[in-house]
Order: sequence, then C-alpha cells, then structure tokens
Amino acid sequence: MTDDAPAFARPSPGTSTGTIEAETSGPGAVLAVEARGLVKAFNANRAVDGIDLFVHEGEIFGVLGPNGAGKTTMLQMLATLLPLDGGTATVFGYDVRRQPHAVRQLIGVTGQYASVDDLLTGRENLRLFGRLQGLSSKEARSIGDDLLARFDLTEAADRYVMHYSGGMRRRLDLAASLMTRPALIFLDEPTTGLDPRTRGQMWETIRALVADGCTILLTTQYLDEADRLADRIAVIDRGRKVAEGTSAELKAQVGGSSLRVQLADGVDARAAAAVAGRVAHHVPIDSPAGTGFSVSLSDANQAADVLIALRQGNLDIVNAAIEQPTLDEVFMALTGHPGGTSSPDPEANAT
Amino acid sequence: MSATTSPTAATKRPADRAIRTSVPVSDVFAQTTAMAWRALLRMRRNPEQLVDVTVMPLLLTVLFGFMFGGAVAGGMVAYLPTLIPGIVAYGAVTACVAAGTQLRDDMEKGVFDRFRSLPIARIAPLAGPMMADLIRYALAASLSLTMGILMGYRPGGGVPGVVAGVLLAMLTGWSLAWVFMYIGTIAKSASSVSSLSLVVMLPLTFVSNAFVPVDTLPDWLQTVVRLNPISLVITALRDLMNDAAVTAEVGYALLGCAIVVAVFLPLTVRSYSSKV
Repeated sequence: MTDDAPAFARPSPGTSTGTIEAETSGPGAVLAVEARGLVKAFNANRAVDGIDLFVHEGEIFGVLGPNGAGKTTMLQMLATLLPLDGGTATVFGYDVRRQPHAVRQLIGVTGQYASVDDLLTGRENLRLFGRLQGLSSKEARSIGDDLLARFDLTEAADRYVMHYSGGMRRRLDLAASLMTRPALIFLDEPTTGLDPRTRGQMWETIRALVADGCTILLTTQYLDEADRLADRIAVIDRGRKVAEGTSAELKAQVGGSSLRVQLADGVDARAAAAVAGRVAHHVPIDSPAGTGFSVSLSDANQAADVLIALRQGNLDIVNAAIEQPTLDEVFMALTGHPGGTSSPDPEANAT
Repeated sequence: MSATTSPTAATKRPADRAIRTSVPVSDVFAQTTAMAWRALLRMRRNPEQLVDVTVMPLLLTVLFGFMFGGAVAGGMVAYLPTLIPGIVAYGAVTACVAAGTQLRDDMEKGVFDRFRSLPIARIAPLAGPMMADLIRYALAASLSLTMGILMGYRPGGGVPGVVAGVLLAMLTGWSLAWVFMYIGTIAKSASSVSSLSLVVMLPLTFVSNAFVPVDTLPDWLQTVVRLNPISLVITALRDLMNDAAVTAEVGYALLGCAIVVAVFLPLTVRSYSSKV
C-alpha cells in the first residue's frame, strides 16, 4: 500500500446503510494499525511530529514515553477523537480520516481518565454503552453482569461510580470498552496511579484479552510495563519516534541492569569497588556519600558473583539492590537528554 | 478481578465483521432513547437542577400576581389571564438555557470521549438530553398554571385550550434550547454559556408583553416589543388558553419554532461533530 494510493474507494451514496469491506492484499496482510507520518500541531507546538506506526493483528504494542511526549495525542488521532494535521492512518484497512464510522466499529478506547459516567452506577454505565452499540436490554444486562463479575465489580455494581476507587473506575472503564468485543483496544496508560497488586491484575487482564484474539495498543511511562507486557515497543520523545523494537532489542541499546551496594562502616570503599569492577568487567561508580558504589551488569546473574567476591574479601555490606535501567536512562541513551518523568504532570500529557 | 477466567466467546476477527457505513434510522432512535435514559437518571440524582423549573415558576406566579396585579389590572384575579400565559412562556424560555450549560459541562467530562469513540449517530448525544428535557418544560408550564388556578385563574379556553397552550410552550422551550445547545458547543465553559445566555434572555423576556399591557409603553418601545418573537409566542398562548382560538399568532409561533430548529439543529450537530 503506497502513500499516494487511497486505501480504498469512498463508499458510494447508494450504499449509505450498507456494509463495506476493507481492501486486503492477501490473508494477514492488513495491519491493525498502519500510520505514516502522523502530525498533530497545537499552534506552534508539534505534539506529534511525523510518527510511523505499524501494529500487527493479535499483538500487544507498547508506546513508551514520558509525559508530554505525544502518546495520548497520537492515540486520540488513531481512535478518531482528534483530526489528523498530517499523514495517513488506517485501522484494519479503514481510513481513520475518511471512514471514522467504520473504525469506531472495530475499536475500544480506554482513556487515562476513566470515561464513564460518575452519576450512574457501574451496572447502569455498562447497560448504557451496550444499548448505545445496539445490544438489546437483555444482552446488555447479561454481558454487563459477566464483565462486572470478571472485573470483580459485582459487589459495587449498584453504587454510583463517583464513590469508586481509582482502580475500580479503571476496571469499569475497560469493561465498558469490552461490551461489544472490539478487535483493537487502545489503552492510554492503563496502570498509571494504580497500586502494584491492581497493576498486576490489569496486566493479567490485558494478556487474557490478547489470548482471546484482541489486538492492544497501549501507552505507558513505565519501562517495566512495556517490558513485561508488550511484544513490540516504540519509544516516543517530543512527538517523534526515537526507537522501536522488542524489549530485548531496546535493552541492548540501553545497557542492562546495575548493582548498587552500600558498604558497612569502616569498609574500604575503594577496595570493594575494585573487587566489583574486576568481577563485573565494568567500571564502578562511587556513591556520592562514599559509602558504596554502583556497577553495571552485563547479566543480572553477575550480581551474585560480585556479592560472593565481596564476602570472600571480608568486605561487609549493609544493603544491595539490582536496579533496572530507568526510563530516564533509556532516554538518556536514546536521545541524549533526560525524559523528565520525575514530576507527573497530567496536563503536559494531554497535549 | 479474576482476569485469568477464560472469556466466554472469542473476539471476532475484523474480516469476519459486517462494517456499516452509517447508522440506520432505527438505531439512531434507539441510541437517542439510551441517551435520554442517561439524562433522566442524572436528572433524578441532581434534583437541584430542577429548581429553575419548579420553585422559580411557582415563586414568580405568586410574586407577580400579588405585587403587580393591582397596579396593572386593578386586581390580582383580573391580572391572571394576562400573567399566567406570560409566566408559562417565560418559564419555558428560561428553562431551555440549562440545555446549553449542561451540554458544555458534559462535553468536558471523560465520558464524552467515549461517546465520540463509539459508532453512534452524532446527533444521539445531543438529541437524548433534549428528549429528557421535555419533562422540564412540562413541569415549568404545569406548575405555574396550577398555581394560577389556585390563585383564581379560570382559563376561558377550557381543557383543550390549556393543553394546546402547554404544548406550544413546551415546543417553544425545546426549539429555543437548540440555540443554547449551539452556544454550548462553541462556548469556552459552562459558566460563560450561562452568562452569555442571561444577556440574551433578560431583554428578550422582559422587553415583551409578558407582564405588562403593551399600550402603557412609549411608542418606540411598543415597536420593539411587537417585533420581539417572544411577544408573538405569548400572544399565541393567550389566544389558546383564554379563548381556545387558533389565531395567526399561533401559526407564526409554530413557524418561528420550525425556523429556529431548522437553523440551529444542523449548526449544533456540525459544531459538535467538529469537536470530535
């Protein structure tokens, strides 16, 4: 499919209530998302500045980036919520710009801020979204009740959503997206602000959806989330894609984890660092207080070797921790500047 | 969340789905009804939003009747045939402002993003609340009418005239509401909708024949009052409620409503859709 050729012809006026099919060039050839040169400009600020994205059917595709990188804006363009200022995008072969109605029949959108009605109960919300999408009252009720049970919301089903916790709202929001089993689900930062337990449950749910035949495009600020969940990852910074690949491919560019050691009082920090450097084949960095060091590891198992060597040298430690590269380090490695994730700023991400 | 529970049915592949190019008319109606159901639930849980169509019409009927009855008509009961149709029209016309502020309010909520992302007719999220709002106009008209009857109003038009009057008032409120819906889609915030609406509504309702006989006014003001479309509606309401007479004013009022809807409904839908 070339840039200048339209994905397929406009529906003729005569088929206004008929059905249309996406043009396929062969089995499995149609991508869940095919976006080229996406641009969105808010005045002088190019929030999305020429991004290409190719998401295959049945995969979890992660878009990783700090607040304000343009992740949400890009998602909203693909979900027909924001007009494109430049570029082309198709969802399962349907043009986002010219056939938004077809695209909307294939997608589910779960936003960063729960898009459910506060003044309605959980059950009423699901019934509303089911009815809006053509389910009968009976179907909407039974599918809604199934989803409430599946998302552990049965007990809260008849409470107003305004009394829900953040995790419950997020779950109801995802349930609302699943009423008609969309083929592609957009998840905008599905676990931001959730506690670790709820976060793990959300990951399990997302995996179950994919096992069920769904395609997922999610955005996240968390490296470990992209790492554990996504088949492929695109790293976005300031409206541009700076890297793309599997988690292993990205890590190879960034470097692996590191071991941070805090030494006991009176232990010679320089001697200990020398031991660690010899074992790990990396130059240790002294901690600012001079009571320990941090050393890069080619492989997390090296941590044990370093600790054994320290023990054998009678170099006592107080604390040791293996640290994954942070998103800041990924950005430092890929773009040469910090990602700026230290202060969560929801406003910045909305643009 | 028992996430590992296997789903009951597999997700259909996109190629196996029938993709529609537009929303069939029967679905538009079902979607509008679903949105009206949502609006009714919200109305029931936010009873303070009904103050403008319950307390206000009652209060105004009593206040105007007792305060101005003697001055304007030589007595409260004699004033009622002039006042009650005026208050009924005033109630409908002011009640419709809330349609715009509520739409603006709603559009800023996350749930509207979901409405936008659903394959539903663009008019459903607008027409649904408008359908539910008919209850507001009916409440406003019937409450001031009931209070008027308690105070001694005996409508000469009888039941058919009164019913026709209430229906015309509801239609007027509903039609004018599209103007405020449009303002709601273009305004910056809900509070700017209500202040903008007040500036429009206050002169429109008071520089009319709602509360005073027109011949007490200076000549130039009489001309303005006669040109005010609200005066036209009020005259039509008086003709229906007091005389059961279907006069030319009734026809003009209906025509006026039709024109307002014909202009502002498409404008609103277009403006709302462009925000998508």
